[in-house]
Amino acid sequence: MLNEELIKTLAENCAPVRPLAHPARRALMWFAVSLCYVAVVVAVMGVRPDFLAKIVDPQFATELAAAFLTSIVAAAGAFSAGCPARPIWERFAAGIFLSVWVGALVVGCWRDIDAFGLAGLLSHSDIYCLPTILAISIPAALLILSMVRRGAPIAPFVTIGLAALASTALAAAALRLSFRQDAAVSVCIWQFGSVVLLTGIASLFGRLVLHWTMRDELIASFLAHRR
Amino acid sequence: MASSQDGDHAAYAELLTDLFPVLRRFVMRRWPNAHDTEDVVQEILASIHTVRQTYDRRRPFTPWLMTIAARRVADAARSRYARAHETTVDVLPETFHGDGAKSEEEARDDREALRRAMATLPASQRRAIELIKLRGLSLDEAAQVTGKSVGSLKVGIHRAIKAMRQALARDG
Repeated sequence: MLNEELIKTLAENCAPVRPLAHPARRALMWFAVSLCYVAVVVAVMGVRPDFLAKIVDPQFATELAAAFLTSIVAAAGAFSAGCPARPIWERFAAGIFLSVWVGALVVGCWRDIDAFGLAGLLSHSDIYCLPTILAISIPAALLILSMVRRGAPIAPFVTIGLAALASTALAAAALRLSFRQDAAVSVCIWQFGSVVLLTGIASLFGRLVLHWTMRDELIASFLAHRR
Repeated sequence: MASSQDGDHAAYAELLTDLFPVLRRFVMRRWPNAHDTEDVVQEILASIHTVRQTYDRRRPFTPWLMTIAARRVADAARSRYARAHETTVDVLPETFHGDGAKSEEEARDDREALRRAMATLPASQRRAIELIKLRGLSLDEAAQVTGKSVGSLKVGIHRAIKAMRQALARDG
């Protein structure tokens, strides 16, 4: 195709588009919708009976807050990664809250060792955490996926990884609100481990999920719309 | 770009026209060995079109443009590299069948075997093989030379190849 022809075709098909909102604003919108969904899930599964006693425990409160903040900041990072030329630090800002989350889990492990000795580090299998977190996170993940697909696929692995982290961190927080699983090592391995594993697997599919529309596909879509 | 987001066709055409030489220079500087610079620039323009909603009017245009251009040049280089490797795989069967991959005696044996197989063919089929498979004539050209129809040449070639295959199999 000649350059002039392409430019003419693109200009002819230049329908008005609404510029994307700021990544932080889109993250807040996603978080608000997802939080409503998570609230319903927690209500259905039942809030843990000792919730009021636990929420005043600084370690539990920090862990929960860090999970929620990781979720929202990772979502903002995913949206930022789809906007060309936005500052790189925005993609990695979730790492701060992720570190706080890991720190709170390490403090929990330390407390268990203090209370029960090395026996406190024994973990029983909570394999159900993985499918539960996966199941809870799917609707939030689908929503964020539909939103990041409006961006540019300039960093597909990072974008999908952050989107998965946002969804799974939210699901892990929901699990903490519902289940009485307080052995820090178990939470660390089975809940946080599930988040890390699912995030890692999802990011591998980055290029499959987010890819550029090629010139010929674009022209074909214009022709299809014209018919 | 802000005008194009509002659907201003003329402003958008003007912008893309102005961008073309800029992007061509960018691609040539980033990837001096590219054989299809124009194609890569066209892919960049198509990409700009599909993600123009990501341009933030409060931020400068050039970094936005160059981020997309750099990404697309890298993608083009990667896909070209992958294709170059695929080509190597495609060539492999020819290497095994080609004379270069064989010793001189083996190549000579193959030629002898083919000559013997061809000698077993009826004259009309041998003539068809010579014209189409060895001299590279088209079916129409071979039809003019032999005075036969294209259909009968096709049938002749098909039967000749089948007979030669059987003769070669018998030969060992």
